[in-house]
Amino acid sequence: MKKQILATGRQLLGPSREYESRIERHPSPTKILLVPIMSVMAGSMVTALPLFTDAPLLPPLGYLMLLSWRLMRPGIWPVWIGLPLGLFDDLWSGQPFGSAGLIWSLTMLAIELVDARAVWRDHWQDWFLAAIAIILALMGGLAIAGLAHRAPEAHVIVPQILLSILLFPLVIRLCARLDRWRLAT
Amino acid sequence: MAPPVHRRPGYSRKAQYSLFATYVLAIAGAIFAALLLLISVADPTGFAALRNAASETTAPVVRLFDSVRRSFTEAGANLSAYFDAGSKNRALTLEMEKARTKLVEADALRLENRRLRGLLDLVESEETNVIATGRLISSTATSSRRIATLSIGSNQGVAPGQPVRGPNGLIGRIIEAGPNTAKVLLISDAENVIPVIRLPDGQPALASGMGNGLVMVRPVDLGVNPFKKGDIIATSGNGGLYPPDVPYARVIRKTSDGAMAQPLASPGNSPYVLVMQPYQETAKKALDKALQESPAAAGDE
Repeated sequence: MKKQILATGRQLLGPSREYESRIERHPSPTKILLVPIMSVMAGSMVTALPLFTDAPLLPPLGYLMLLSWRLMRPGIWPVWIGLPLGLFDDLWSGQPFGSAGLIWSLTMLAIELVDARAVWRDHWQDWFLAAIAIILALMGGLAIAGLAHRAPEAHVIVPQILLSILLFPLVIRLCARLDRWRLAT
Repeated sequence: MAPPVHRRPGYSRKAQYSLFATYVLAIAGAIFAALLLLISVADPTGFAALRNAASETTAPVVRLFDSVRRSFTEAGANLSAYFDAGSKNRALTLEMEKARTKLVEADALRLENRRLRGLLDLVESEETNVIATGRLISSTATSSRRIATLSIGSNQGVAPGQPVRGPNGLIGRIIEAGPNTAKVLLISDAENVIPVIRLPDGQPALASGMGNGLVMVRPVDLGVNPFKKGDIIATSGNGGLYPPDVPYARVIRKTSDGAMAQPLASPGNSPYVLVMQPYQETAKKALDKALQESPAAAGDE
């Protein structure tokens, strides 16, 4: 009797069936491979849209997507993924070419080191890690731009840093949604 | 989050080696990126071809987005024009009456100016002519460099070094040109140094961007700081790149060694921009050549 009630309840509430492996149905391997990569690339390409800001204000969405995927699903990417994705970001960002290639590679290596020490982490710790990564990456980007050209003073990017840190939980939610779709059969 | 499965690959040598190889590759990748970065620091336009190819591929789509965005903005402006139409009409009529007398005075001044120039045998050396008209379609909104993408390129005659202006004032100069798109270094970029004058009295100054949408104006004569809030700054034509008398910025705050000013033209709401021939192009080319031939002079610059 109890079993029956539970079964009806489950049917009515419509529990998510995405993770269940249904008979003879498997998630598509191309989707599993391409969704994370494509979403990071799409994040990088947002600067190609007609958005005009007086100061650097738009959060680096490609970098946020990279961090989200890496922190949410450790192990979906090899460590060297920072280089190709970073170089792609450099095509769109306006930074000196190689800037994101370097910063993203170092980020992936750093998170790998953190993973070896703090194995079980909750969302707040991930957010904290991401905040540190965002601060270092944006400051590093400014310093690298300052190597090649005259750069503005550092306080110019403070609003962008704050905005990026506050946007991170939203981006990781978006990644989770994409992940559900990616693994659905 | 749960630890990844592949951390301890077990006793399989193959799995251990392939995990080790990914680390080696990652470190090699970081070094490779650092080398690329060194190359692009030494030669900032070195990877321009790659960047231009990227913006060429998205330009058609972005042009469409841009026209959609513009028609929405225009619809908004048309709608808001209906509010307070009566009082606005009255204010504008009064203003036009005032402007009409000013216009007559300006005509008279122009005539007098021409006469005086004739007396002095002053000849306008080179007419500044427009090469092409385009639109700004995107900007580097995430980077601390202020660069915008222009919807026209070398097919329309655009080349690096040409000044760009909008209907309200100066926008920047071309730094890279692809076949159908070009990159504009905006005046708010820290690297864009522009010789300017204060409009009524011609006080000379140098202006450069601050990276946050404002520009810093510093007088050429150090020690005096003549600026005050509301002063209008325009280009002076010195240096031979930017044509003279293009509206540039309005002073909003006086600082210890100059003034902070708000650019008059904003890349976001300029409906079109004009790419112009460099002012005094021949003289500038001769100067650049001379600087190249004597490295000592270039070092002193």
